[in-house]
Amino acid sequence: MLRTNLTHVLSEQEHAKLLQENENVMICCGRMGPMCIPVYETMEELENEYKHVKFADMEFDIPDARVIRNLPECRTFQGLPFVVYYKNGKVVKATSSIQSREQITEILDQYFGKN
Amino acid sequence: MDLQNHFDVIVIGGGAAGLTAGIYLSRAKMKTLILNEGTVGGQMVLTHEIANYPGIESISGYELARNMKSQAQKFGCVIKSNIKITQFDLAGDVKKITVNNKDTYTSNAVIIATGGRSRTIGAIGEDEFKGKGISYCATCDGDFFQDKEIIVVGGGNSALEEAVSLTKYASKVTIVHQFDHFQAFQHYVEEAKAHPKIDFIMESKIIEFIGNEKLERVKIQNQRTNEITEMNIDGVFIFIGYVPNTEKLKGIVELNQWNEIIVDKNMATNIPGVFAAGDSIAKRFRQVTTAVADGTIAALAASEYVNNLKKELSPAEV
Repeated sequence: MLRTNLTHVLSEQEHAKLLQENENVMICCGRMGPMCIPVYETMEELENEYKHVKFADMEFDIPDARVIRNLPECRTFQGLPFVVYYKNGKVVKATSSIQSREQITEILDQYFGKN
Repeated sequence: MDLQNHFDVIVIGGGAAGLTAGIYLSRAKMKTLILNEGTVGGQMVLTHEIANYPGIESISGYELARNMKSQAQKFGCVIKSNIKITQFDLAGDVKKITVNNKDTYTSNAVIIATGGRSRTIGAIGEDEFKGKGISYCATCDGDFFQDKEIIVVGGGNSALEEAVSLTKYASKVTIVHQFDHFQAFQHYVEEAKAHPKIDFIMESKIIEFIGNEKLERVKIQNQRTNEITEMNIDGVFIFIGYVPNTEKLKGIVELNQWNEIIVDKNMATNIPGVFAAGDSIAKRFRQVTTAVADGTIAALAASEYVNNLKKELSPAEV
């Protein structure tokens, strides 16, 4: 399990439930590595600002993370973390590798609306 | 003066130097604020394993940063991260720092510990293919390049060390370096040169990254002849050093030709009451341990400065 304060998605079932129960979802799929940690920390901070968005993480190396790894939107990705944004259960945006707070909030604002 | 937003010392930056300063200052009962534009821990969190921090045999940079942050907060240090500093007013006895164009914090002394960041090549397509063939972290992304051909850019210790490490995954590693010799320690150079999977293209730079949905090839220019060649490649790892985060301080504190902050032995800058520490200052060796040492010195010097200032000024002026 990733050592973050985010909601952890541990299985395909939990992933499906999260998307079913939340309109706006951001999932960061990664490891406890240098490119991933800054993204988790930014998400932890944004949780208080974007109450209408559900923030979660998923460990890249668990078998069930194929729900992220195998997404068509991620097929060209070669850098951790894979970050996927869902609206009403559908992927609206996906990014590969480290992203800054500005890059993340720009996507959140564009697809989910400002906090 | 808004007393709630007034501190004895404001530390700008929450890496090893800034957090150490925060620990020392708060423990000395100085009202201390750390303002951090990025993730707390700075470059430290980019290190998978730190095995040369005295007293700790092995720890991840992330864990060490979390421990330092928690230690500073336990002593009462206030930490605000992911903010954007929009204005500095460092002259005078009361320093003013504005963040996010709205909140202003004041203090009697400031420690600048803004650190550095990985240098990018600046070639066409570099942003576009980040995470789609271009990486700055071998341990993070190496396994995406199993049996693939990759380039490592750079000639320092990190580049040579990571090039050897990436041979665990890649079928072939080509090191592209702009000079005719390496800056890395000799044993790293010898190990790379002896490795059967590693080739070298010297005196050359990548000038363009090309692909469709992911990186497919690069244009490489020879620096001596200006000849440009194209090379098919699956991935490029870039390790070309660091640049100090001092852009916003130009014209405010004295910088050298490499934009590093010039300090004296007490970490004092050219402005009274303004100190600097860590990777943003002019120095030769950049390690967690040296950043910690800088942060300690800057904190002790800043404490002394603030105490002397308080003795000189009336309570209303402090």
